[in-house]
This record gives sequence, structure tokens and C-alpha cells, in this order.
Amino acid sequence: MAPGETAVIAGFHDEELSVKLLEMGFLPGSSVRFNYAAPLGDPVCVTISGFDLSLRVSEAATIAILR
Amino acid sequence: MAQSPHLRIALAGKPNSGKSSLFNQLTGLNQKTGNFPGVTVDKHIGYCQLNATTRAQIIDLPGTFSIYPRTLDEKIVSEILVDATGENYPDRVVLVADATNLKNCFLLLTQMVDLQIPTILALNMVDLAAQAGMEFDIAQLQKQLDVPVVMINARTGSGLDELKEKMAAPLPKSSLHVYEPDAELVPILDKIQAELHLKSRHAAFIVLQQWNQMNFLPDPKKKELQQLAHDIRFFPAKYQGAETVQRYGFIQGVLNAVTSKVADKEWKENTYLLDRILTHKIWGYLIFLFILFSIFQSIFLIAQVPMDWIDQGFANLSSYLSGVFPDGPFFDLITQGIVPGIGGIVIFIPQIAILFAFISILEETGYMARVVFLMDKIMRKFGLNGKSVVPLISGWACAIPAIMATRTIDNWKDRLITIFVTPFMSCSARLPVFAIMVGLVVPANNLLWFINLQGIALMGLYLLGFVAAIGTALVMKMWVKTTEKSYLLMEMPTYRTPKWSNVGYTILEKTNAFVFEAGKVILAISIVLWVLASYGPGDAMQQAEQRVTAQAQQNNWSAEDTERVLAAEQLENSYAGKLGKFIEPAIRPLGYDWKIGIALITSFAAREVFVGTVSTIYSIGSTDDTATVKGRLKAEVNPETGGPRFTPAVGFSLLIFYTFAMQCMSTLAIVRRETKGWKWPAIQLAYMTGLAYLSALAVYQLMA
Repeated sequence: MAPGETAVIAGFHDEELSVKLLEMGFLPGSSVRFNYAAPLGDPVCVTISGFDLSLRVSEAATIAILR
Repeated sequence: MAQSPHLRIALAGKPNSGKSSLFNQLTGLNQKTGNFPGVTVDKHIGYCQLNATTRAQIIDLPGTFSIYPRTLDEKIVSEILVDATGENYPDRVVLVADATNLKNCFLLLTQMVDLQIPTILALNMVDLAAQAGMEFDIAQLQKQLDVPVVMINARTGSGLDELKEKMAAPLPKSSLHVYEPDAELVPILDKIQAELHLKSRHAAFIVLQQWNQMNFLPDPKKKELQQLAHDIRFFPAKYQGAETVQRYGFIQGVLNAVTSKVADKEWKENTYLLDRILTHKIWGYLIFLFILFSIFQSIFLIAQVPMDWIDQGFANLSSYLSGVFPDGPFFDLITQGIVPGIGGIVIFIPQIAILFAFISILEETGYMARVVFLMDKIMRKFGLNGKSVVPLISGWACAIPAIMATRTIDNWKDRLITIFVTPFMSCSARLPVFAIMVGLVVPANNLLWFINLQGIALMGLYLLGFVAAIGTALVMKMWVKTTEKSYLLMEMPTYRTPKWSNVGYTILEKTNAFVFEAGKVILAISIVLWVLASYGPGDAMQQAEQRVTAQAQQNNWSAEDTERVLAAEQLENSYAGKLGKFIEPAIRPLGYDWKIGIALITSFAAREVFVGTVSTIYSIGSTDDTATVKGRLKAEVNPETGGPRFTPAVGFSLLIFYTFAMQCMSTLAIVRRETKGWKWPAIQLAYMTGLAYLSALAVYQLMA
């Protein structure tokens, strides 16, 4: 995804991490916007249901998205 | 007087929801920080008079999104809310919710309701939500959730009277049940609930999932639950996922019914604009460096003024007391042991207060999350974590609050490495040692019109400590094994102006922690060292006194000179002096004599004691008028070479030694507490002392 793009969450690849992502509001079917990445490319800042948070690229990679 | 009814009320909510502001509003200065039993999590407790007859004990729980914990701080929340027999189990909970983001806040609320704890919902930041164009139907919200809802502004305190009223009034449990576990689990859960005297089926469900994190359970019970979970093939992650999805489904329904988006405004524009600058690949780092530089400058320049007052004040107090007290070992203990000991603690308060003022402001504004964001990737290369930045910066003032600040790091390995390397950051206690040694061996020439050689040397020492910290982290990264994954997942809060009273409370809290945690160790050791330095084996001390008195009469010394020589002779013949001579063979290769050895030993309570000790010990045999410590050290002659004692080689060797050595008992005590055992402080002591010794050896041998 490029900065500014929005996608819909389809599911998760990592069961353990998915619990934490779910409770932060990453729900399958909800849309997530990629805001910007840190200067070194990692971590990234995203918005999910009006809530900004940062996560590492490796963590973001466990989220499956639909465009 | 009859005891008024006493309610225990817990404040819960996600981080950045305004929970701490509300806590400060409710309790004011009537609060204290303790520890939850068995774990090193700060427990904030305060009292609040709700109305004429009701007084409540308020517990500020650590911020958490749900009762599925990740960090140490969060684990305590689920334990407190589940263990109905525990001393911290609340009678009711006030859930503080950020109105701009109700969805995330309601997750915890639905869990509270399922735990059957009477709950009040405090909607905070309604003004911000209005800016974002959101409005809420409060009556509908109350009806849907069956809990009282109060709109508050935790920053200004509006809505607080209504909240207090609701907190004091009778509060039934909500009739709502959001999540029901699978039917097949119900009999098992009911049995657990009855056995452990839990308040709800959901509490039993949590216990079955998190048995290994429930400290209130006795070990056999944990084993039983482990076996049970294994037998029925109970996988927490699967259930938690399904539960969360179900809860969010419910929450979405409620939100659809109560919120109306009256306007679609991009209210976070300012935050995004600031982020563009503050996380910019060049400006972001430059601004961060500038802020670090300002902190650094303030710690050393602004703090210097009150520190000088404190230093002078305690010296005056000491001499005043020795004037009014009669002679005797007990009064000597007070004037020479206890008063300077307390002074040695109080003198660090200005630096610690200034440092935490900065850190607290950065946290209040929301900038700290950006620092973590900027630094995470760099820090991870060294086995650290973006969240290690705050402890490392704090290490410049004092390692004790710095190590306590590592509690926000959820990954144990990252946290352990941060704890291990933080004492390498040159703390303020090293500064007096650095100042005197640099002053002695580095010329005060200006390289350019503004760059001073001594300043460069001092900066180099700080840099060296930082490099040692980073290098050690890198080694530990490869050496310490873990199966636990490291997460970052962190909210990026909206920028806000800091609330100054919150900054004030943080400064008070951290200063208190330092004074009472580090203070008691420093004081205890100061007293032990005073005894070691004031008493000697057999009648060695009396002999020294007789010898000096005879010499004084022979050479017609003034009373002042006699006293100084006597102090030095007595120190030489004391237990501390014997110890210094005992370790002399070990430190001779570093260029030190037994006099420096004494200073090394006495500075174990706090490094700055080094200066006081050398100034006493180097009075031996010299009666010329060299009043300042520096002057006396400069005049000291090495009997073997006939040249000065403090050659550049000795000076630099000492500087390097103090940069690396773990010369601080209080830090070791804190590390023991935070790592729950002697293993890590022992390794740390051995490693840092070893590194200090070898480096100092190399420096001396190369330069001499």
C-alpha cells in the first residue's frame, strides 16, 4: 500500500497477534488507511476507525487486505 | 468519630483516555504511589470525599484496551478485576472513555459489564468529539448499556460534581450480558467460579485463560487449571479472537444507535500537519536532537544553581550541628554520617525534577509516541525497542527512575536489555568526578573561540557511556534468548497542549520514588562507610592522633593544619584505609595507589563521594595552603617518580573507570527488584566492573 491509500481488512495470518490487532479495532471488514511510514520505512502509521496507531511492518504484514 | 462509609472505586480505560487527569482531579495531592503486591507495577491510590458522608478510595488502574494483557501493567488489571477476594477488588469501576474514539473504549466496558462489576461510564473529551462533528444520544446510550453515563472534561474538571454524585449513589450491576461462552464450557466455568469465589462466569472464563498470570492462585490450583485447559483443549487465542469480534459487533450496534455524525470535519488536520514535520526524515531527527540537547543543557546548567544551594546548605547544617552538639560518637554519626548522607541524596533532586518535567511534557503533548516511532527501527538493530529511548534519556539524570521507566516495555528481552545497559548512561553522580578529573588533566585551552578542550573531553565521556550502552545491547541481543515476540502496536495520540498540573504530579511522583528508593540505600551505605572511615582496628586511630599531635607541636602547625593532617592520618588508619591498602595490588596496574583505592571503596554508595574522599585523604603530610580539592590533588607528589601523582595517564584511567563501573548500590537494588532476583544485578556488576577495570588498565598502560 502507498501512503494515503485505504484498504479493507480481510483477515489475519498470525493467530497470536490477531487477538491484539482485533482489540485495537482491526476488524475484518473494516477499512484501514495507511498514513505514512517512519523515515527509515518502519514502523508505519495507520488509521483504523478514526484511531491512529503505529505498528511495525512485520506486524502489518500479518493483516490480509482487500482493495 | 464514626468511620464514614468507604468505597473502593477503580478508574479503568485505555491509555490516553484522560484517566490520569481525572485521577488527579479527583484526588488532588491526596494520592500516593505504591506497588502492587508481588509485581513491580506502580499503584496509584488516592482518596476523594464524594459527598458529605461518603469517602472513596480511588485506584488508578494502568491503561489497557482489554483484559487480555500484554504488558506487566496490563496483567495487573485483569488480576484485580477478577479476584473478588483480593484487597484491591473494586466495589465499582469508573470507565473513562475517549469520546473521539468510543469504539476502542467500549471493548473494556463490555468486559467490565460481563465481569458483573457495577460500572459508571465517564465520557471524556466530548468537546473534541464535537469538533470532529460527532454527537451522542446520552439517554439512549444509558439505556443500551444499562450503566450511568456522565459527560466530563477531565482537563477542566467540568462534569466532576455529577460524576462524584453518581459514584456515591447506589449502583446496581448492569443487566447486560454481551458475551456468553460456549454452552459446553458453562458447567466447567460455574465450578471454577464457585471454587474461587469469583463474582461472575466471565471471571471464571478469564481465570481459565490466564491461570498462569493470576498471582492470587496457589500453585496447585494453577496446575489443576493447566491440566483442565489441556483436557478440554482450550485454546485462549481462538476464544479471545471470537470474543473480540462478537463484542465489536455489539459495540457497533450501540454506536449506530447513539451517535450522529452532524458534520464531517477533518479535525485532526493539525496533528497530521505536525506529524509531517516531526516525523520528517531530516527535520524529525533534527528536532529530536534539539530537544535532547535542551534537556541535556537544562540538567546541567539550570539545575546547577539549586544544587549549589543544597550543597552549601547541608555543609552549613553539618558544621552548625557539630558546633552545637557535644563531642561523642553518636553526634559525630549525625554530623558526619547522616547529614552529609541525606545531602548526597537531596542534591540530585533538581536534576531529576527537571528531567521528568521534560519527559512528562513530551508525553502529555503526545510527542513521545513520535519519538518511539522515529527511533524504533534504529533501536531494534541494537536489541532495544523504540520504548527504550525514555529510559536511556532518563539515565543521564539517574539510573533509578530510568530503570523504573522500563516498565512500559512489554517484551521481556527488550526490557531486560534496556535495564542492563541503562547504567552506562552517564548519570549526574558521575559529573562531580568527571569535573574534577577533567579539570586536573585536560588543559582549559580553547580549540576555537567557543569550543573548549575540557568541554570536548566531558562530551566525549558521555558519548563513550552511550557507545558502551549500545554496544552492550548489541552483544546481549545475540546472547539472551527468548520465545516471546516483540510488538510495537501503539496509539499515536492527537497532539495536545500539556496539562501543567499533570506534569507537576509526575515530577512529585518521580522525585519521591528516587528519594525513597535510592535514598534509603544511599543513606544506609553512607552510614556504614562513615563507620568504616571513622574506626580502625585496635588502637591505630589513637596512635595516629598522638603522632600528629607530636608533629604539630614540633613544627608549630596551626590548629587548622593539624586538624587536616589528623583527618587524613585517621582515614589512613581506619578500616576503610586498611581496605584501600588491601586492594592496592589489584589497582596498581591501573595507576592507582591505596589512597585512590579508599576513594573507590567509599564512592560505592554514590559516585560523587569520590571527590570528598580524595580531598580528605590527600591532606596527609601536606600543610601548605592549597585550599581547593583540585589544588591539593595537583600538588600531590608520587613518591616513586617524584612527579605529580595525577598524571594524565592516571586521570584518564580514572575517568574511564568511572564511565563504565557500576559504582552504585542503589541501582543494583533497583535492578534486583525489577528483575526479581540477584542474577542480573550480579552479572551487571561483574560485567561493568570488569569492563571498567580492563579499559582503565588499557588506558593507563598505553599512556604511562
